[in-house]
Amino acid sequence: MIHALALILLCQLAGEALSRLFGLPAPGPVLGMGLLFVLMLAVPRLGDFMRPTGEGILRHLTLLFVPAGVGVVGHLRQLGENGLALGVALVGSTVLAIAAGVLTFVFVARLTGAKGGEDA
Amino acid sequence: MRDFAEIWSYLAETPLIWLSATLIAYLAGDYLAQRAGRAPLVNPVLVAVILLAALLWATDTSYATYFEGAQFVHFLLGPATVALAVPLWLNWPTVRRAALPIAAALLAGSGMAVLSALAIGHAMGLSPELLATLAPKGTTAPVALGISQNLGGSPTLTAVLVILTGITGAIVITPMMNAMGIRDWRARGFAVGVAAHGIGTARAFQVNPQAGAFAGIGMGLNAMLTALLAPWALGLFQ
Repeated sequence: MIHALALILLCQLAGEALSRLFGLPAPGPVLGMGLLFVLMLAVPRLGDFMRPTGEGILRHLTLLFVPAGVGVVGHLRQLGENGLALGVALVGSTVLAIAAGVLTFVFVARLTGAKGGEDA
Repeated sequence: MRDFAEIWSYLAETPLIWLSATLIAYLAGDYLAQRAGRAPLVNPVLVAVILLAALLWATDTSYATYFEGAQFVHFLLGPATVALAVPLWLNWPTVRRAALPIAAALLAGSGMAVLSALAIGHAMGLSPELLATLAPKGTTAPVALGISQNLGGSPTLTAVLVILTGITGAIVITPMMNAMGIRDWRARGFAVGVAAHGIGTARAFQVNPQAGAFAGIGMGLNAMLTALLAPWALGLFQ
């Protein structure tokens, strides 16, 4: 498990370094995810090895958002003053984005015949 | 025996107490969500945030003090993002077959998230600084903070908006998809991952593993696209 954790941290570290070195728009952890993915694709045994640790971390993914969420206490005044506009923009855009994403996905999947269990 | 105030003033200075409080508040939120049969409205993050905010207010503790302890949990967001490679790898054959729908839905979902948020906020009279704060709210926290900072927004407020967006997405996705009659787990997961990042992804994993994997991909791809889209979209409204 420590080996798997070390590899995850190394991928993140490499991602951070690449992101800063080349001024890339993607942040370190996202590049790290890409890097780990490519490694697992190249060495399938690595994938089986990473699986328990990766799934263990992701099982409680929501916990990790709690500290940032508690930051709301520092912005209650600002949220109160602009609460309605921010709330409408936030909920409205989230619903619209989900609708746009899901309808586009289903439409293009039908168009290209990219069905779940079949070959495209 | 020492008096309680003395012990409290010692404990309140160590990271231990707020780290423990974060875990316990989350467990309480998770327990309530479980008791509610994973009803979308009883979101564990929402419950935990409300409990902790009330606790900070009641004990007159600053967010900075709280974060001294909570940062150890917050730090794991990075490694967890890297770990999303695992479900991606497991579902790779399915993902590869859906490359075209994925690319199209990413553009539509990500573009809609940024543009509609800015259009609504602009129409309702938000200041340019708040628009910059709002623009990256659909993407994952570490990315959104960086974008907000670059655009002249408030990164800490962006973090809050990111969490609220995630909770909103996690709450609306299941009833919305059922109402729309969408049964393709790939589409459902991918759309919520793009619109509501990790919290939406966590919700998707609860509902269906394939939806979860696609949500993780949506979240990762959107992190890159929002970094490109947000500055451009913000320019349209300034």
